[in-house]
Amino acid sequence: MVGIIGYGAYIPKYRIKMEEIAAVWGEEAQRIKKGLGIEEKAVPGTDEDSATMAVEAGRIALARAEIDSKKIGACYVGSESHPYAVKPTATIVAEALACGNDTMSADFEFACKAGTSAMQCCMGLVKSNMIKYALAIGSDTAQGRPGDALEYSAAAGAGAYIIGNEKGEILAEIEETVSFSSDTPDFWRRQHAEFPQHGGRFTGLPAYFKHVMGAAQALFEKTGTFARDYDYFVFHQPNGKFPREVAKMLGIEEKKLSPGLVCSRIGNTYSGASLIGLARVLDDAKPGEKIFVASFGSGAGSDAFSINVTDNIVERRKEGMTVEEFIAEKEYLTYGQYVKHRRKLKSL
Amino acid sequence: MASEALPLSWRRIPERYCLIGNSCENCKTNFFPTRKICPNCRRRGKLADKTYSGKGKVYSYSLVNVVPQGFELDAPYVLAIIELEEGPRVTAQIVDCGEKDVKIGSLVKMVFRKIKEDGDEGVIHYGFKFGLVK
Ligand SMILES: [Zn+2]
Repeated sequence: MVGIIGYGAYIPKYRIKMEEIAAVWGEEAQRIKKGLGIEEKAVPGTDEDSATMAVEAGRIALARAEIDSKKIGACYVGSESHPYAVKPTATIVAEALACGNDTMSADFEFACKAGTSAMQCCMGLVKSNMIKYALAIGSDTAQGRPGDALEYSAAAGAGAYIIGNEKGEILAEIEETVSFSSDTPDFWRRQHAEFPQHGGRFTGLPAYFKHVMGAAQALFEKTGTFARDYDYFVFHQPNGKFPREVAKMLGIEEKKLSPGLVCSRIGNTYSGASLIGLARVLDDAKPGEKIFVASFGSGAGSDAFSINVTDNIVERRKEGMTVEEFIAEKEYLTYGQYVKHRRKLKSL
Repeated sequence: MASEALPLSWRRIPERYCLIGNSCENCKTNFFPTRKICPNCRRRGKLADKTYSGKGKVYSYSLVNVVPQGFELDAPYVLAIIELEEGPRVTAQIVDCGEKDVKIGSLVKMVFRKIKEDGDEGVIHYGFKFGLVK
């Protein structure tokens, strides 16, 4: 048995409303809000980055796992906004969480699914008994070029998961995982480019939908399950529209989708997105319930997971802030303050 | 730009990342940052590493408007003396708040943040700051 023994999310305190960004570029806020399904997005503090948010989410996960952090054998951090181009984020995180020097550490990159890729590796190491516990984190402070459509959605947040294999400790069993990937150039950023480029409409059908549906179907086949067997669905949420359309394709009711859909209130947190969505579901899920998760990373791929909530969840989630508490704790920025927070001045 | 030599900054990582100080096993006094000798017991002192919980309260604070070089983006910020629940006092920034949000005695907990960057191409220094507990 392999599964989650501790989890934690982190969302920075600052928000900017779509109206505030739209006013600067002379766009119609209502049209953008309706088009994206996003009301406001989370913005990091001036002293926050993917490493600091990963540590904060990791500390909550550790408190819930109730283990000595020295027993963590692997620390993998997925992000597309690692603070350094060369120098791992994972060593900063492992050091801050006091995991000890005998920790396997590495950074993962796969656009928005780097965190779930890290989770799959952790599952393998723990399931094979190479190590006792492993920590997988997805954390991003995503950037969009000023004036680009991405500027409305690119947000900041992190999700951390500690994977273990003892039944008595597991709060949610990960029953199965599969991936679906192909070489698809829907979104990219070259080595020294400040901001990413994207293929516009190309990001939809051949990228997000093809891969998420591909992973979903593969997971259903491998587990012999159907969409109706799951109580919650969490999808990568680059906007509020894509997950709703996938849900429609799979015939999923809104009540199974909305608990894990937080992007309307915090934006697209990239590597954090599906992991924060899952944390939101775990905050409320009941023992015995079944959760479907499918991430998506441009370039492109999707990792799908079938997760069964256990009795242990009730006690373990008592520690630390919930996703709803993070969402409620907010302070709005003007566009001017936002430019300072995101250090966009030099790039304008 | 590099205000602090790299080896010095690197040696302080356990202190800055994990709030590790030390404690004298002889007189039970806690120290942060670490001391090489217990001032009470001198040669009879027995110092051992101690990881602080990161919980504490505001002992004193002030709003910093004119900030040192490298901290311009954070300005203005609240700088405080925090009394850790284990006793020692540390000076640190209180994040995500204004002057009106802080009071003497306010409960705080350690958070992990960027302290400063050595310019656009240098090392990023991380460490503890404090956040208000709601
Ligand atoms: Zn002493």
